[in-house]
Amino acid sequence: MTAKIKPTKGAPYARILGVGGYRPHRVVPNEEILKHIDSSDEWIRSRSGIATRHWAGPDETVATMSVEAGGKAIAAAGLTPEQIGGVVVATVSHFKQTPAVATEIAHRLGAGKPAAFDISAGCAGFGYGLTLAKGMVTDDTAEYVLVVGVERLSDLTDLEDRATAFLFGDGAGAVVVGPSEEPAMGPTVWGSEGDKSDTITQTLPWDVYRDEKAAEVRFPAITQEGQSVFRWAVYEMAKVAQQALDEAGVSPQDLDVFIPHQANMRIIDSMVKTLELPEHVTVARDVETTGNTSAASIPLAMERLLATGQAKSGDTALVIGFGAGLVYAATVVTLP
Amino acid sequence: MAATQEEIVEGLAEIVNEIAGIPTEDVLLEKSFTDDLDVDSLSMVEVVVAAEERFDVKIPDDDVKNLKTVGDAADYILKHQG
Repeated sequence: MTAKIKPTKGAPYARILGVGGYRPHRVVPNEEILKHIDSSDEWIRSRSGIATRHWAGPDETVATMSVEAGGKAIAAAGLTPEQIGGVVVATVSHFKQTPAVATEIAHRLGAGKPAAFDISAGCAGFGYGLTLAKGMVTDDTAEYVLVVGVERLSDLTDLEDRATAFLFGDGAGAVVVGPSEEPAMGPTVWGSEGDKSDTITQTLPWDVYRDEKAAEVRFPAITQEGQSVFRWAVYEMAKVAQQALDEAGVSPQDLDVFIPHQANMRIIDSMVKTLELPEHVTVARDVETTGNTSAASIPLAMERLLATGQAKSGDTALVIGFGAGLVYAATVVTLP
Repeated sequence: MAATQEEIVEGLAEIVNEIAGIPTEDVLLEKSFTDDLDVDSLSMVEVVVAAEERFDVKIPDDDVKNLKTVGDAADYILKHQG
């Protein structure tokens, strides 16, 4: 017999209610990177726009940084940790396959017993998490969901690779997604292109350390094919960003803020040009002082734009993440 | 109608001028994009994409690294243009 199952009654819509960020204390200038590679401050700045980045100390773990950022986001949303019903953590630099770091973060925040899990979607991880959170809120599986993007990419950086040694940074960014009476998160345009999985990848899988010669193996790092990534990010992702605007029914004229994944200033500049965004649109350029923090970059940039007054609550923002997979996710949101 | 080598070099000169700000008269067959024209690896991608649109040609990532000089690019486009 097929029993009748009661339908779920979620919120009509979802919105971002609060954002929080955590940047590690230690600021690393290009000069420090130059101890390891034959390059120059001018070369690094012209290729990436990066001047400094934050690298985490021993006490600044994936969990502790997330708790800091998450706590701020919950407070900014006017909530208490017990009200959080879901914790979604996007990261590629939590070094335990199991358990998920999300459960530790939920516990340390004092969030009770929320659903908690990690997702692996590279630099698009935050957008993937945001999309899951929106579904959870509108499906009534959680009233409030904490979405964290967190990375310690300094652990996965090859300091002797002159093409990537200067790129990556550490940090955590978080938002709380909750119910809304009005639409405040557009449809997500997302996807994957697995035929390009070698374009950005970890150099070696962890199981290489099962081998008895493991001590001779260099620690894995993130490597990428710069030109291929640049072409894909600028030209293909501009189309995805445009599609997210179209599907949200928002014209570039109505857009206030553009927050692309902070991969590289050259990618950001070329995307803005390709998208032909109007002059009045504020563009996040947090990469200059934060580096590429993968899943953390969008919420960190969002937090900084709001904290510095470059963007304000209620502004309409286009966000797009893209990276290893290759994967991408773009959507239009109302800023908290 | 397919472009001649002269038209391709002229087109590449305009593209390089727009992307890297190099005077069009400096963009000659024997010039190296990186060493002579200040076109770095990322700008080269922009040059390639602009050339693809202008000359109706596909230049895959794997082939981009072989295009060292303006002449290399012109020959490639001449051979592969639609």
